[in-house]
Amino acid sequence: MKYYDKLIFELSKKGRIGFSLPECKEGETSDSIPGNLKRQSPPDLPQVSEPDVVRHYTNLSQMNFGVDTGFYPLGSCTMKYNPKINEEIANMPGFQALHPLQPDSSVQGALSVYYGLDKALSAITGMEHFTFGPCAGAHGELTGLMIMRKYHFLRGDMKRTKVIVPDSAHGTNPASAVSCGLDVVVVKSDAEGLVDVDSLKPLLDDTVAGIMMTNPNTLGLFEKNIKEIAALVHGCGGLLYYDGANLNPLLGVARPGDMGFDIMHVNLHKTFSTPHGGGGPGAGPVGVSKELVDCLPVPRVVRNDDGTYGIIRSDKNSAGTVSGFMGNFGILLRAYAYILMLGKQNVKSAGRLAVLNANYIKESLKDCYKLPITGLCKHEFVFDGLIDDGSRDATPDSEEIKGVTTLDVAKRLLDYGFHAPTIYFPMLFHQSIMIEPTETESKETIDSFITAMKKIAEEAKNDPDSLRKAPHLTPIKRPDETAAARNPVLTFMDEKNAVRI
Amino acid sequence: MSNFAYFPHTDDDIREMLDRIGVGSVDDLYGDVPADFMYRGDFGLPDAMSEQQVREFFEKLDSKDSKLKVFAGAGAYDHYTPAVIPYIVSRSEFLTAYTPYQAEISQGTLRYIFEYQSMMCILTGMDAGNASLYDGPTAAAEAARMALSCTKHKTRILISRTLLPNVIDVIETYSGYHGIQLGYISEDKGQTSLSSLNSELSKGDVAGIIVPGINKYGVIEDLSGYADAVHDEKGVMIEYCDPSSLAVIKTPGDWNADIAVGDGQSLGIPLCFGGPYVGFMTCKKEYVRKMPGRVVGETRDSDGKRCFVLTLQAREQHIRREKATSNICSNESLMALFVTVYLSLMGKEGMKRVNDLSYGKAHRLYSGLLETGLFSDVFHRPFLNEFTLESKIPANELQRKLMDAGFFAAIEVGEGLVSFCVTEKRTEEEIDALLKTVKEVRL
Amino acid sequence: MSKVIDGLLYSESHEWVKVDGDIAVIGVTDFAQKEMGDITYVDMPEPDDEVSKGEDFGALESVKASSDLYSPVSGTVVENNEALADAPELINKDAFANWIIKVKMEDMSEVSDLMDSKAYSDFIEKQ
Repeated sequence: MKYYDKLIFELSKKGRIGFSLPECKEGETSDSIPGNLKRQSPPDLPQVSEPDVVRHYTNLSQMNFGVDTGFYPLGSCTMKYNPKINEEIANMPGFQALHPLQPDSSVQGALSVYYGLDKALSAITGMEHFTFGPCAGAHGELTGLMIMRKYHFLRGDMKRTKVIVPDSAHGTNPASAVSCGLDVVVVKSDAEGLVDVDSLKPLLDDTVAGIMMTNPNTLGLFEKNIKEIAALVHGCGGLLYYDGANLNPLLGVARPGDMGFDIMHVNLHKTFSTPHGGGGPGAGPVGVSKELVDCLPVPRVVRNDDGTYGIIRSDKNSAGTVSGFMGNFGILLRAYAYILMLGKQNVKSAGRLAVLNANYIKESLKDCYKLPITGLCKHEFVFDGLIDDGSRDATPDSEEIKGVTTLDVAKRLLDYGFHAPTIYFPMLFHQSIMIEPTETESKETIDSFITAMKKIAEEAKNDPDSLRKAPHLTPIKRPDETAAARNPVLTFMDEKNAVRI
Repeated sequence: MSNFAYFPHTDDDIREMLDRIGVGSVDDLYGDVPADFMYRGDFGLPDAMSEQQVREFFEKLDSKDSKLKVFAGAGAYDHYTPAVIPYIVSRSEFLTAYTPYQAEISQGTLRYIFEYQSMMCILTGMDAGNASLYDGPTAAAEAARMALSCTKHKTRILISRTLLPNVIDVIETYSGYHGIQLGYISEDKGQTSLSSLNSELSKGDVAGIIVPGINKYGVIEDLSGYADAVHDEKGVMIEYCDPSSLAVIKTPGDWNADIAVGDGQSLGIPLCFGGPYVGFMTCKKEYVRKMPGRVVGETRDSDGKRCFVLTLQAREQHIRREKATSNICSNESLMALFVTVYLSLMGKEGMKRVNDLSYGKAHRLYSGLLETGLFSDVFHRPFLNEFTLESKIPANELQRKLMDAGFFAAIEVGEGLVSFCVTEKRTEEEIDALLKTVKEVRL
Repeated sequence: MSKVIDGLLYSESHEWVKVDGDIAVIGVTDFAQKEMGDITYVDMPEPDDEVSKGEDFGALESVKASSDLYSPVSGTVVENNEALADAPELINKDAFANWIIKVKMEDMSEVSDLMDSKAYSDFIEKQ
């Protein structure tokens, strides 16, 4: 990767254009808009030619790491390969040209994608039906909790205002709960890293709307007491929400619906291979059990008796409307294509190979990195920093030497051509390194990652200063994030339009 | 294990890996999963398709959709997409990257987000913006929540009845669960009523108002006096705007709004049956730390080189958990790139031209429809590319007839009212053909 | 070792209080600023805002963390330290010299359960 320092604004030169549009004919233009409604001066956007634009963004792209450039062991993010055929399908001109409000009869092909994907996801997860409005995982969580609340409301059960969230949960869980107007009650993990059933019991009463669980949890551990937990939560009248962020290890292996979960979301951009796009667009469809189908948001696609597809646009039992139209259709197309290529033959390998890869890395590195929780993991696992981080206590003759941190390890990995794992999460440990390989990584790739991690462990002992300054080979060195937050510069500034926040 | 192009494991690989782990089979890795949860069926899935089969499957589905010329808007606009954009946004380095947590190897993503934030501020006349939200309606719902935290001891958000119906639906859904009280500003002949606003404001509990720049009828709203009225009551003004039009009409900044939200789809993003689009949010500088979502800022690396990072993260869910400004994390980053490349290509002049062309063509259709005698203008207010007429032909019948002739037009936006939208992409021949079809509709 | 100053009162959530008549001058301790690392922003209440003992009145932010500030007393904010708006790092430089808010106390007896410097030193020793 090479450093490239321009912003598009800095390429701008008065008089250059990068568009190709016909001249306006004689007659009316937007100049006819009354003066009191008209913009006074045109927006100061860049004036650049088409080649300028192409070269600029190509140069920017070359400072980026993606799944297509290398291994991305980012825990809880499921960075699997994004098949190229999916892109071609999503870019088919017919699909691209459909207006979201076209009459149902004119979009039967598109509606059948919703129907088919609903059926496939329902079968894979053990749910009854899905809604496709949510555009991301966190959006799915919020939608799922809305459905949960609506279900209780419809039963006249108004006092269920609490939701139980394990202390190991993703930050989105408590944030989604609050967005949905629920109070968060945290349940502890036990010594094994699982939800502590004894701590859960006293929290359960008739004010509990439900529990949000990630299974396997963020430590990569299967919540093996799920049957008991489901019985307890259902026993107090609550519902079980499944955070699909960690669904991948169960893909083709086991179904949340069979475990007693009532509501779940699926991150299509994790488990179902759609690209992350540098932070979206994703899709977070939400599935529910039979009892909750009426609460699904609208609009919702259904199959009519005559075999055509239609859209339910309003329903008094529905939890509401969670996005502008029918979700990220382009992402749904990609996920559906992936599922059809998996088919019944390949679907059973996906989760299993991901779990194989994770356990292989864990077992290969546990002599260099602290493994706070031993035993089988699922798709991911967590180290708590280096076993020998190079730190030495002060002796009468020497100063104390501080150890190499997880941040240093992560930054050094970039030099070796790997993306860093998720770091400092989960917060149950101080030096968390959360590693998730996926099923699309070969043994050779994983072996070279293991080799790099071992080398870094050696460097921590022998050359800790170099590690603290890593990375050395990337387009930029460590950025000053403190300065960025203290004096935020959030827009391009020339002298004319400088805005200090 | 299966033999599949995306899974690189050979049988030997699997054997060696299992040996290192010390288990006998892959299913032994699931020893902690209760046996009755291990699914033994075939998930009701069909046989795995080859790449060619899957391509043909979708081509067949695609052929079942009618290819219509779009003369409708209502929150989704059929603008031309320059050829450059798909090439740039499909570059693997952008497409297959995660959220730019590791700044050292994510400067591409971080730089375009910074450019995007800058361009959205230029368009909206605001000081700062975030890295994107899901879509316009969810951005409006997030803004309602933000308004409560920008003001103290205020509980109610007023929304204009002239907002697009799907925007109102999403605000109502989000607010209902979050516990935000809503009030409504009524409509006065196709525009948000200032007197209705004033009477609601006088109740003293209003944290913010949400009003459209261009409303559901296509009317360019005259928002003079709205910000003053809200500010007098110590509330904030949120404008829901169409970013393309802001190149030629007054901006939220011009109206002295505090927060601007909307959907970036009109900046060249294909209709794609409603998504992916991109929600945007910009605001005045005093409210930056109340914004939801990711924000990119400029800084220096340890060698002093200019670089960009995710910043102000202490607002966000991964740090603040239940006290975060929102639960959002993944947004619509790649669509923000889409918009950034579009605005780079169009630039200062191109954005004016797009609006000029749309204005001229929309007014041509407007005049033509009035000449048929089947329509009348009930509002007589300025519009840009979308307008609403009273129709003598029942809306659903009109829409059906037009669809049979290959057009999608005439969305019902009120009792007897239908809306049309004409972008620069429609040709004069298409406009004339639509008019001809209308004239042939028998009453 | 974190600095502790005699003559101030301390809370378990690491705020210090200097009582000046019915005004409580409130800041965070040296221990707290060390735990936070580089402070990037101080979220403070405005004058005339009410604060309640034990409830959060603002937050300290660093790049990767946020820590709520809990009021050791109840009352009305009379002033916030505007210098911190531009230079939050002042707290890192000297946490005791840079107060955050001044509160006009409702109930002077509320300070009686706060720790003195000796008790607080012992308290942070055990952290």
